[in-house]
Amino acid sequence: MALLFYTQVLSHCLGGIASFLFNQRGENANRVTHGFAVLASAAGVLFSLSVLLTGTSWAVEWRGSLPVGPLRFAADPLSAFFILVISSISLAASVFAVGYTRREFRGRKNIALLGFFYNVFILAMLLVVTVRNAFYFLMFWELMSLASYFLVVFEHEKPEARKAGMLYLIMTHAGTALIAAAFWLLSMHAGSFSFEAFRAAAGTLSPGLRNTIFLAALIGFGTKAGVIPLHIWLPQAHPQAPSHISALMSGVMIKTAVYALLLFLFDFLGEVPVWWGYAILAVAVLSTLLGILYALMENDLKKLLAFSSIENIGIILLGVGMAAVFKAFHQPLYAGFSLMAALYHVINHAFFKGLLFLGSGAVLSAVHTRSMEDLGGLIRKMPWTAVFFLTGAIAISALPPLNGFVSEWLTFVALLMGSESADVTIRSFSPILAALLGLAGALAATCFVKAFGITFLGQHRSAHASEAREVSGSMKTGMGILAVNCFGLALAAPWIVKILGRIAGELSGADLPMAAVVRKFFLTSPSGASQFSPAFVAVILLGFMVVSMVLLRVLLGKKLFRIGPRWDCGMPRLSPRMQYTATGYSKPLRRILSFLYQPTSRVELEDEGHELLRTTQRFESKITHHADEWVYQPLADIVAELSRKAKQIQTGHIQLYLSYIFVTLILLLLFYGGRT
Amino acid sequence: MSAVLLSLFQVFFLMALAPAVSWFIKKMKAASQNRVGPSLIQAYADLWKLFRKDMVIPETASWIFHAMPWVLFASTLAAASMVPVLWTRSLFGFTGDVILFVYLLALGRFFLALAALDTGTTFGGMGSSREMTLSSLAEPALLLAFFALSFRARTLSLESMSVYFASEPPMQVLFFTSLAFGALLIVTITESGRIPLDNPATHLELTMIHEAMILEYSGRYLALIEWSHQIKQLVFLTLLADLFFPWGIAAAGDFPALGFSLVFFLAKIFILAFVVGWIEIHSSKLRLFRAPDLLAVAFVLAILSLLGQLIIGRGL
Repeated sequence: MALLFYTQVLSHCLGGIASFLFNQRGENANRVTHGFAVLASAAGVLFSLSVLLTGTSWAVEWRGSLPVGPLRFAADPLSAFFILVISSISLAASVFAVGYTRREFRGRKNIALLGFFYNVFILAMLLVVTVRNAFYFLMFWELMSLASYFLVVFEHEKPEARKAGMLYLIMTHAGTALIAAAFWLLSMHAGSFSFEAFRAAAGTLSPGLRNTIFLAALIGFGTKAGVIPLHIWLPQAHPQAPSHISALMSGVMIKTAVYALLLFLFDFLGEVPVWWGYAILAVAVLSTLLGILYALMENDLKKLLAFSSIENIGIILLGVGMAAVFKAFHQPLYAGFSLMAALYHVINHAFFKGLLFLGSGAVLSAVHTRSMEDLGGLIRKMPWTAVFFLTGAIAISALPPLNGFVSEWLTFVALLMGSESADVTIRSFSPILAALLGLAGALAATCFVKAFGITFLGQHRSAHASEAREVSGSMKTGMGILAVNCFGLALAAPWIVKILGRIAGELSGADLPMAAVVRKFFLTSPSGASQFSPAFVAVILLGFMVVSMVLLRVLLGKKLFRIGPRWDCGMPRLSPRMQYTATGYSKPLRRILSFLYQPTSRVELEDEGHELLRTTQRFESKITHHADEWVYQPLADIVAELSRKAKQIQTGHIQLYLSYIFVTLILLLLFYGGRT
Repeated sequence: MSAVLLSLFQVFFLMALAPAVSWFIKKMKAASQNRVGPSLIQAYADLWKLFRKDMVIPETASWIFHAMPWVLFASTLAAASMVPVLWTRSLFGFTGDVILFVYLLALGRFFLALAALDTGTTFGGMGSSREMTLSSLAEPALLLAFFALSFRARTLSLESMSVYFASEPPMQVLFFTSLAFGALLIVTITESGRIPLDNPATHLELTMIHEAMILEYSGRYLALIEWSHQIKQLVFLTLLADLFFPWGIAAAGDFPALGFSLVFFLAKIFILAFVVGWIEIHSSKLRLFRAPDLLAVAFVLAILSLLGQLIIGRGL
């Protein structure tokens, strides 16, 4: 078992370095670096499965003469679960990357460098979820952030990539500062950096300290997870990275923040006051609704997906928040169930969001644009990509019989169990939260009808789209792995619930009795309110479809059809430009929710001296992102203003700077000299 | 075994009755306009004719266009087979709950909206965009109405809910659930594409939603789509009957009770259909951008129903 873990770590190291031996822009570098990544990920999948299935944890400690205590790695079921999420997505992404990198970057960009950061990035995530010491955790966390920063700015010749990268760097470090503060406070209290010490000292935390640490952790990890209003970097940074890396960032990296938040909530901080649950639920519901509402208005395929990641983090946090509330009121059964729902959504979202980002990468590499307004009709040019993207779209819209619905159902049930809560606030609000989750689900369906429909259906809206070709075998395989698993994660639900239930039970402090949550093929609610069987539903849907097809064929004979033109209102030749656009598709909602979006549009007309001789027309439509406008823009203005003030003492004369240093030195000597 | 057969019969019964309910509303409208209207047989003859006819498939259609009618039909039937009709059991009620019911219908709608975009005509895109917009507002209202009912019945299963409300004294049921009834009625009108939200009788581009989406369909596919639509409408009426007027529904599958239940069921359905038809006759179609107001009313009604129960206490 340990061997698998070492294989994984070593393969990522090799994959990062070995490719530099070859032509750094060539095919061999590509094959070597991603080949090792595939090997590493496969080892990771096996390793995590062996921990999850046998239920035996694994740990290794390196005592060396390290200043901050021994370097300890461990894989308990929770860590193993996150390793599984990381490794399975990176497996598919690495397979995909072989074809994608070849098509996008060969001969143009330094592939060895890309592979280096790619492997370091995955390795850092892996170490983040296994390390058991706060100091090293922060090191690996920083490594993960930096590696992903370099991946975001990999195409640094594009100004928007550099801009997004800078924003990401600022935001992630602001978050890391708070995380470091949270860990520092904890370690001051516990007297050690090790997680075991945190756990042991949890009982003696004073309420004030506990609340401070919680808030620092929530804001710090919330920034990484991209919850609203800390999300502004996410929709900028994720789409700029190469697509297989976007898949990892959106599908996996933001989940490491969920992992860490779970550790803080259920492991390090002992008692959970109920307002923590409220705070998480508030953040969750804000992220869920605004995330999908902003996604709906996006016409950039990858940005749309990035905004939808914010929504899904919100759904995960709904489960986490309910778990915190239930834990505060000592209802461990319900707490465990809610946590299980959250974990299930973690893995589901990783798979379908990974799939959708890979799909968007396939489209990007075939059409070279992310703007949906220039796409259309790709289902005929890229049939496989279309099928995979559709699978992801159905899953993320939480429609049966795919996996998205299973975890959404569990989250619904967790929220509705709130009506059995001891807390009157939650009793009143949880059904409304559940209805808002329903609203988000319906909006997600609308959003992904738009995403799939405008991109793949209809007729091509640009010449690029008409010249698209299906992507290579490795890219199809990468997407296929994830698409098949979207079915698998639904059909095997009772089995997965058993594994996740064990993890959730351990984390929430009381065993989750399996009889309460799963019965043969059925998932059941612990309150006994309902049950659901994903496998049965799949069979029923398929059954009805096949039976009706066969019956109609037998009773009425083979259906006859001929191909004809579309209805064109008597006006010959419908052009692709007459189709609904992505902007047009979301117009009704933009108008209905104008109080939220505050849309502005501008039409520019240029004419040559006469209004009938118009040469160009430009139309621009924008919505207002309130977090940017209300929080970050003023903040940026303040920083700019302060910098302007500070500029006054910067003259550029070296003598002046030397005198600054001299004065500072004198002052320090005066100040500290008197003490000793 | 007889239980399974009876439950299976319920599904066939809904399938068979669905065109008649649509016909009934059509006939009402005709009567209000001093027209004779079609005969009952016409409703079935139309479907039969469509099933037999050859189809014209647009040259720009992909496989989505071919798959949609089957997915829509199967998902509608799956939802229909979860609803108790004559007795308090249903064929597949055990596989899921109200949440699954709502999302099965959403699956059909998802494909319907995709197929509308498939041919690349403006009508399709328009219908698709409008349908998804309205349904994203109707779906939370529907869910919340269900949650308000389940708050009282302490179950999310349609079967158990109908058993629960059937065994409660009538006045209490009415008191607690009348607001949720309002919500569900508005959603029923939305989902069955009727005035004041959509107009089933028009092919005028500015007013239609459902019809715009299926404009390119013909023959057997159109028959499947139309039939699914009628079944969906009847399923919603059945839900209203099950949850708000469950009296008379048979508790067991024995014969006299079932006969009694059949009469009650038909009476309830046609009264509810009369209400829907009456609203259709007496209102004009709302502008698209006014429709959310009505759906917001549904949402607020469901919230009030829930909060009312919270304040008064569900032990009452």
